[in-house]
Amino acid sequence: MRHIISLTLILAGFWLLLSGHFVPLLLGLGAVSILLVVAIALRMDAFDHENQPLHLTFRFTPYWVWLAGEIVKSNIEVVRCIWGPVSAISPTRIHLTATQRSDVGKVIYANSITLTPGTVAMRLEGDQIEVHALTRAAAASLQGGEMGRRVRELER
Amino acid sequence: MFAAAILAVLVTMGLALIRAFRGPTVYDRILAVNMFGTKTVLFIAVYGFLSGRPDFLDIALVYALINFISTVAVLKFFEYGGPGRAATTPDEGEGD
Amino acid sequence: MAMIVDALSWVFLLTGGFLGVSGGIGILRFPDFFTRLHAAGVTDTLCAALILLGLMMQAGWGLVAVKLAFIILFLSFTGPVAAHALARAALHGGLMPLLHRAEDDPSKS
Repeated sequence: MRHIISLTLILAGFWLLLSGHFVPLLLGLGAVSILLVVAIALRMDAFDHENQPLHLTFRFTPYWVWLAGEIVKSNIEVVRCIWGPVSAISPTRIHLTATQRSDVGKVIYANSITLTPGTVAMRLEGDQIEVHALTRAAAASLQGGEMGRRVRELER
Repeated sequence: MFAAAILAVLVTMGLALIRAFRGPTVYDRILAVNMFGTKTVLFIAVYGFLSGRPDFLDIALVYALINFISTVAVLKFFEYGGPGRAATTPDEGEGD
Repeated sequence: MAMIVDALSWVFLLTGGFLGVSGGIGILRFPDFFTRLHAAGVTDTLCAALILLGLMMQAGWGLVAVKLAFIILFLSFTGPVAAHALARAALHGGLMPLLHRAEDDPSKS
């Protein structure tokens, strides 16, 4: 029930933000489409903690800030590789063990790895993540495990 | 200054197109087309500001979603039984 | 204050444009598909975010800024998923990444 209400609220907010018109016709159309989406989602049985990780919502902000910093740092690293000699890159393939308990945590971890340029999660099977890194330094910093630790703290 | 940003985006789109034409694998082409699509989103957004019509942002928003869905759909096709196994493949007619 | 925001937004727009061109150069220069994936990652993350942030500063508070924020949010969710799908599909399709040294192969680690 909590998830149904939250989905309805999110969709309503989304509609209002995107339309920006508050005439009865458009509001009515919005209400109809929200009802339709919620009904279809109910029929698909798509409501659980995985589709809407509500319990994680409030802990995300500090993580996002940290992740944004990491993205900036690794972007500078990759741009340096692009303009420098090609021999400066050392493509590496490593295996990481995801220590997150839930599937949501593992997906957040893999997505964060991919979101920072220089490292891409290629495969996620069980708790094994296969990563391709542009340089050995990028791979080493992942193996240092700070990102994994921060995602694990998100879960608690 | 918007013009400078738009020029940079256009140059990037051109470079992505060169990669899309050169290949050599089908994945390179999909990667380049995906990048081209992301740049199109930026282009529409900046162009909206350049011409003083920020309404264009709605189109950019929709384009971002369509671009993602089309990339994943094309990949699904190639992951299961499409051409692209070998290092060089015949040209696939992909557009965006 | 308004002037600082204005100047900052130009800096963001120009840096974003530079990063975009860098990504374009990278996608042409790098030797194989998996390394090109990283170059495309630059244009998908920071380049897009910086250009859209610059536009947000030009727009000021309002519906336009919120829409731009939504585009940033969408791109930051869809970008990594598309990159991951590309890498997985390429591996599945039998494309092997070019590695720096033989011992970087995962069979060892």
